[in-house]
Amino acid sequence: MNAATMRIAPEAVARALTTRRRDVKGTVFTAVLVATLVAAMAVLATLLFTVITGSLPVWRSRGVGEFVTSQMSADPEVAGIWQAFYGSLLLMGFTAVIALPTGVGAAIYLEEYASDTRFTRIVNANIRNLAGVPSIVYGLLGLAIFVKLLGGITGPDVEGRSVIAGGLTLGILVLPIVIITTAEALRAVPTSIREAAIGVGATPWQTIRHHILPVAAPGIFTGTILSLGRAFGEAAPLLLVGGITTFFSTGDSGLIETLQGRFSAMPVLVFSWSRLPQGGFRALTAALIVIMLLVLLLINGAAIYLRNRFEKGVSS
Amino acid sequence: MKASAPDEPMSIGASDPIAVNRRVTIDVPERFEAAGDILFAVRRLSVDYGTFRAVDDITLDVRRNEITAFIGPSGCGKTTVLRCFNRMNDLIESARVHGSILYHGVDLYGPRIDPVEVRRRMGMVFQKPNPFPKSIYDNIAFGPRIAGFKGNMDDLVEESLRRGALWDEVKDKLRDSAYALSGGQQQRLCIARAIATNPDVVLMDEPCSALDPIATLRIEELMTELKKDYTIIIVTHNMQQAARVSDRTAFFTVDVKDTGARTGRLVEFDSTGKIFTKPSQRATEDYITGRFG
Repeated sequence: MNAATMRIAPEAVARALTTRRRDVKGTVFTAVLVATLVAAMAVLATLLFTVITGSLPVWRSRGVGEFVTSQMSADPEVAGIWQAFYGSLLLMGFTAVIALPTGVGAAIYLEEYASDTRFTRIVNANIRNLAGVPSIVYGLLGLAIFVKLLGGITGPDVEGRSVIAGGLTLGILVLPIVIITTAEALRAVPTSIREAAIGVGATPWQTIRHHILPVAAPGIFTGTILSLGRAFGEAAPLLLVGGITTFFSTGDSGLIETLQGRFSAMPVLVFSWSRLPQGGFRALTAALIVIMLLVLLLINGAAIYLRNRFEKGVSS
Repeated sequence: MKASAPDEPMSIGASDPIAVNRRVTIDVPERFEAAGDILFAVRRLSVDYGTFRAVDDITLDVRRNEITAFIGPSGCGKTTVLRCFNRMNDLIESARVHGSILYHGVDLYGPRIDPVEVRRRMGMVFQKPNPFPKSIYDNIAFGPRIAGFKGNMDDLVEESLRRGALWDEVKDKLRDSAYALSGGQQQRLCIARAIATNPDVVLMDEPCSALDPIATLRIEELMTELKKDYTIIIVTHNMQQAARVSDRTAFFTVDVKDTGARTGRLVEFDSTGKIFTKPSQRATEDYITGRFG
């Protein structure tokens, strides 16, 4: 190319710069993307609208507090969700106590200590597979082990159908997810931070304790809390390990007795109520779903809050 | 040829492999005999990553209170060799180190060596400034704290920052995040962090490659200051930098095999003045004068 062909008339430049080319493909692509988003949002909006309007009679006649604190019953006029609400919280707590330390510990070992051998690669691949196993399968596992085999320990007076059995089942259900999200958070810690700590003479433990865990904490918290949200919404495994939906006394027994006692949970109650023929339960089911969505919103909100808090803590 | 002072700490017997099979001419002139005791004696050091040899058969001596520079084209293994001194290559699972690095007569790759203890004696400064995502104070205090330092931490932090030529800029904001500092300040913080544990040696892996010329100049001045108390080994791509600050220079090059495997080797190791004015190897001269690399 010589200098002569490089010369362009100023008018041509001005014209080229001010004329906008029509980008048909780009516009179509953007339109398709917007359409998919609208479709997804429409489904969600329909769900929310149906549930909220369906639940209005309950809020009008009874109020949120009364509905949540009333005992479960076969009579739609007085039936509440207290045992299920309380049971879900209890299960969450138990699941968290079981799955979080185990999962975070396993992830730390796999990521930070285990050498990269064929064996650890197989273990890693299997954990990923386990995260995809249908929850009903975990329910069967829980039924076989925690209810039948270990029933004498998990719930001697209720044939093993106890909070402990339910919590353990949910615990192993979310364990792979906790391990994967924690491992990902650990992997995201920059190598430079590890090297810096190792370089000043830190042992592997000191490096993990003082530098890797604090940096990975926001990711670990978010991941594990979201996995608890998953456990919160599970009905199938709890149906198998004996979640019940009729009245039972939550009493004022001690912690061990409560854990070894019977349990209910909100998703189980949704399943049960939605199959009842009486018209009154339709509105109750809708109301129950609204409460569940609110709790999930709280859980996710907590995850975001904790993440922000820890991120701030790290950067200052 | 052998630069052995009578009180030389390591013992190299008659079967010294370098005397038998040498590729590298180590020609240390008379006047350097007294410059410093030999702190590290690297003998026939090779590093493999898996089945691939990254550096082959390195033999050189590093002397106390000197700055030793490693120069050479990309991929010649100078960083790999540097990371052998504090056993940083242990972090890379496939890395295998052969040969020995004698430090006070002890082979750092011998049996029963605790790599954590090794690293406490060798501060390291990395290519990209990598302060901890914590306060300036905690960046300095972490090393001494885990090493069981019992004295006055505030004083130690101040002294380390003064030695790192950073104190005046940060003394009023020790509790601020180290991430709020500029790149050059971060690197000086990393140097201060490296010397806070009172190491014998400071290893620097292209410490100025991410810095502007002014920050680079400050670091170079700092290095000259630090060599009074420490022994410094620096990897650098910048030949002017090696010429400006170092006492001795090791020139590495890379051999590319037909298979594409790249293996680094040491071409020449000598006083910096000699390397840059009358190198004995043609390859060195070509590199120094910019005909290669």
